[in-house]
Amino acid sequence: MQPIDLRGVCCPTNFVKAKLAIEMADVGDVIEFYLDDGEPVQSVSRSLKGEGHKLLSLKKADGYYVLEVEVA
Amino acid sequence: MTQNSGKTTIDLKNLKAGGFIKELGKDLFTVRLRVPGGRMSIEKLKKIAKVAEKYGSEGVHLSVRQSIELIHINFKDFDAVVEELAEVGQEVASCGPRLRVPVACGGCEYNPNGLMDTQQAALEVDRELFGSMTGHHKFKVGFSGCPHDCPKAAINDVGFVGAVRPEWNGENCLTCGLCSGACREGAIVPGEDQRPVFLAENCLYCGDCVKLCPAEAWHVLKKGYAVYAGGKWGRRPMVGTLIATFLPADQVVPIIREILSWYQEQAEGMGRIRLGEVLLQKGIESLLDRLRTTFPNSVKLETTAPTVIDRQIRGLNSAEC
Repeated sequence: MQPIDLRGVCCPTNFVKAKLAIEMADVGDVIEFYLDDGEPVQSVSRSLKGEGHKLLSLKKADGYYVLEVEVA
Repeated sequence: MTQNSGKTTIDLKNLKAGGFIKELGKDLFTVRLRVPGGRMSIEKLKKIAKVAEKYGSEGVHLSVRQSIELIHINFKDFDAVVEELAEVGQEVASCGPRLRVPVACGGCEYNPNGLMDTQQAALEVDRELFGSMTGHHKFKVGFSGCPHDCPKAAINDVGFVGAVRPEWNGENCLTCGLCSGACREGAIVPGEDQRPVFLAENCLYCGDCVKLCPAEAWHVLKKGYAVYAGGKWGRRPMVGTLIATFLPADQVVPIIREILSWYQEQAEGMGRIRLGEVLLQKGIESLLDRLRTTFPNSVKLETTAPTVIDRQIRGLNSAEC
């Protein structure tokens, strides 16, 4: 699946877009999200975990973060 | 106790805890309602709207401490207002030298940042201590569920801020890097092999790492309230000082009782004075010593005095005013 680029997208729109992307995926799929530093990376990651998805990794890229999530 | 002037009858026991505040207009009062933690049932809200419509004016006022205030109530209607609100269990709040209705954020039932159940705490304090006479001045209590501290706990006489002391269990760690990436305080940094290193001196105890960790490697070691004493705002603001950490929820009412009792004794003869000013004059050590016997695991070994805030408005020169 293509990475979902949520850079420049504010809370809570970024989380809602992440949810919509996850709805299109199947259980077990791994999705990469590009998230801005600060509020977006913290709250989107936490909210996705809170909804039961598995956070696999968070890597710092050039000015943003790449969050890898396994859909539950 | 009913007072009868021949024309008007008022039940004076309704006025005991205060909450009826004189307005500018003749015979008119603001009636402040008791809304602990700012949460209210829809049933009460509807009844309040009806009472406001019947006895008040075109609207109500939302106080800065989460109360609904009925405005422009004629004192002759006090008994009727109290009686009709009582039909849904709605009571009138307090004013004057008493322990006020506690304020609180939404807490932890639905707010993802919340660490402690501040709504529960506000209800308990309201039930146990509301209206307690201090003998000196008002006494305000506030609860924040997490270190975002939306209710500004440290400008209450006693303020509580939810806190979590995280602990890391290396066996569970996936070295995913989420915690060090997400910690806003630089309290978790990547060490050798990308395993996280905890720098306690930077930690605000917000619990983000615990909430985020996919493997439960970060978990809660301790949870409770950071307790601040001696805060106030108003004409001469002061920010309260940290007196206890990780205080368990069931110790909230007991510690307020103990602080209140220290204040009642120590401020004797000092006139109308707030807790923070008493702490400045008597020294914070005196309060810590008093609390240490009952709350040995939570009270700090030492702390600073409350911080006086300079409003910068005194002594303006003529060109400035």
